[in-house]
Amino acid sequence: MQQADFDAGAEIAAFRLARADTGAVAAFIGQVRDLNDGQAVQAMTLEHYPGMTEKSLQDIVDRAKARWNIFDALVIHRTGELRPLDQIVLVAVSGAHRGEAFAACEFIMDYLKTEAPFWKKEQTPAGAHWVDARESDDRAKRRWNDADEPQAS
Amino acid sequence: MSRAVQLLYFARLREALGVAQERVELPEEVADIAALMAWLAGRGEAWRQEFAGCRPLRAAVNQTLVANSAGIAAGDEIAFFPPVTGG
Repeated sequence: MQQADFDAGAEIAAFRLARADTGAVAAFIGQVRDLNDGQAVQAMTLEHYPGMTEKSLQDIVDRAKARWNIFDALVIHRTGELRPLDQIVLVAVSGAHRGEAFAACEFIMDYLKTEAPFWKKEQTPAGAHWVDARESDDRAKRRWNDADEPQAS
Repeated sequence: MSRAVQLLYFARLREALGVAQERVELPEEVADIAALMAWLAGRGEAWRQEFAGCRPLRAAVNQTLVANSAGIAAGDEIAFFPPVTGG
């Protein structure tokens, strides 16, 4: 968790070089869009739950490691004030081969979007509002059929 | 016997209720998340709107997501927040 921007190239390079038996690194970057639900987005604020956020992300990475034969996973998530084209999140997964790295990277993002305690508030010309959760994100998570999933209320 | 817990509210709830966190003494009959929500809903209109089941809500006990049937005990850190929207 950090407010500052990150250098995705440098982060991925350092991550990639950590082990010589790494044959694949799959990485995802999420960035702020200037449009959401048909409304122009001027800026957004990302709030999180300090303590639970770290615990939740560690739990998600542990589940990915238990499920796929991957070497390591890197998650960087920003909080605070962000503007269109700013990076929000970087997830990188290393492994011997691409298949498991791709799958684990997507799994981590799907769980991050539905379990990690972050909330977006968008500033638009019509005012500021909290972003609603998307049903499509819940569907994306459910397709993994993870038996260990905690029961949300 | 004291049944004090720490309550935390995030995002839309924090703004609607005008409080980020508070320490409360639980009444004897409040033993799970559902009962706590019903108790909080009785605090006034803004509380009723958030806790009476009209709006989607998630709960965490000691920083782990839980169902409404989850039990609560003295010393717990209990958080309420809208469905998450990170990433």
